[in-house]
Amino acid sequence: MKVLVPVKRVIDYNVKVRVKADSSGVDLANVKMSMNPFDEIAVEEAIRLKEKGTASEVVAVSIGVKQAQETLRTALAMGADRAILINAADDVHTDIEPLAVAKLLAKVVEEEQPGLVLCGKQAIDNDMNATGQMLSALLGWSQATFASEVEIEGERAKVTREVDGGLQTVSVNLPSIISVDLRLNEPRYASLPNIMKAKKKPLDEKTPADYGVDVSPRLTVVETKEPSERAAGIKVGSVDELVEKLKEAGAV
Amino acid sequence: MAVLLLAEVTDGALALDATAKAVTAAQALGDVTVLAAGSSAAAAGAEAAKIDGVAKVMVAEDASLGHRLAEPTAALIAGLASDYSHIVAPATTDAKNILPRVAALLDVMVLSDVSAVVDADTFERPIYAGNAIQVVKSSDAKKVITFRTAGFDAAGAGAEAPVETISAAENPGLSEWIEDKVAESDRPELTSAGVVVSGGRGVGSEEDFAIIEKLADKLGAAVGASRAAVDSGFAPNDWQVGQTGKVVAPELYIAVGISGAIQHLAGMKDSKIIVAINKDEEAPIFQVADFGLVADLFEAVPALTEKLS
Repeated sequence: MKVLVPVKRVIDYNVKVRVKADSSGVDLANVKMSMNPFDEIAVEEAIRLKEKGTASEVVAVSIGVKQAQETLRTALAMGADRAILINAADDVHTDIEPLAVAKLLAKVVEEEQPGLVLCGKQAIDNDMNATGQMLSALLGWSQATFASEVEIEGERAKVTREVDGGLQTVSVNLPSIISVDLRLNEPRYASLPNIMKAKKKPLDEKTPADYGVDVSPRLTVVETKEPSERAAGIKVGSVDELVEKLKEAGAV
Repeated sequence: MAVLLLAEVTDGALALDATAKAVTAAQALGDVTVLAAGSSAAAAGAEAAKIDGVAKVMVAEDASLGHRLAEPTAALIAGLASDYSHIVAPATTDAKNILPRVAALLDVMVLSDVSAVVDADTFERPIYAGNAIQVVKSSDAKKVITFRTAGFDAAGAGAEAPVETISAAENPGLSEWIEDKVAESDRPELTSAGVVVSGGRGVGSEEDFAIIEKLADKLGAAVGASRAAVDSGFAPNDWQVGQTGKVVAPELYIAVGISGAIQHLAGMKDSKIIVAINKDEEAPIFQVADFGLVADLFEAVPALTEKLS
């Protein structure tokens, strides 16, 4: 079974983002970018399926600017077999919407015929949590979101999902889209020899036009603003003083 | 314009707080019809009919809708969509599972975690773990939206909207529910609690989390946790507060042994009053705390619990 893993290049999760002064967006110039943390978990899971003999090939795909190549090379260094880059934006500030990404991925799925798509549950930049579900809808496939455990059992997958009240286990028909949560696994680091080898692995470059998909946004960003600042607080010297302050504020 | 609101129904019971907050958010957009779907949903539908601002309730009961698997539930909603300009739900894991699927079936974008409604086409939503607020205008004919409930007050009760029974869509039969492992809790639900006490890595062990729980029980609070505490096995996943866990905005949030990483702040920085107890005076949590106490939590928390009696 072939496994397809969509990965996204996003601002590094440790970077404190800055809103541009003209409110046109978040400043991404000269900021450290990395693979979306959830996508690392998806890549790791795909590689583990390959190591268990369940997956025959792992294909990583990324959509965005040409620098997303680096993200794909990271996936290849972790153990993916080959990569597809869809050059869909000229500027790093252009975020292709989940609907367009899902449409492009649906075309890639048609071409590649994977038995499973493993993706991250959300990208930490747009915080949408939608692409996997949208792809599943477009393909008419089953979906298992927020997975913390995945067991492939022949023509089905048994997936434990992180839901609000605890955990839910579902069984889905394959092929399926599984979106992964934080606790599914601990992604591996790419070793230096593997990083070198990854440079020789195949990476195909495509454009949205190759797939006949229109990537223009449905949502126009009117403005991007800073969240309201909290008023500066105070440090108290003792538990007594804390209780007193809380009582004054009517909080207890 | 009319709004279809997917009620949050778990095992036949309505999650009143989440649903009532979504009703408040949706009212600005038009007449609100609530859809209660599940293998048993009639009681939840009857309760939803009492929420102020609900014009009508539709109840869809079918075995295929039990546990609201995404495929049959999304098919049901997409089948009803022609009569509505907006399809909305509270941003729970159920809705995040279902609504993007509905949106793609209708060939429209989804607006996730909307925190404010500007007008019928324009909405605010937090991005980058809440470090920026994006104002977006949708050009889609239908808007599919999940609301960040922490940003809205719950609508009151007292109304009596008519209830209509509808049938489920054909089950595509793509998935099956196997089991639920529900975390038992007598405490208030995290996302609707007035007070939340959260513990982080600094608590040190699952056993020591008891001092967090004791303080919470004293205050009638819900218990939360940072990702570090959850990953270390001190607390269950569904207690996690943050970008990838739950987003809360209680009257009082007490963070104990939590450094205040960006991802944690994303889930609690809209709380009315934030208290931080941490022995590291440089911890970023003190930058958002109204009241900070630099102290050893193993001394300060039991003392605080004591003083509050």
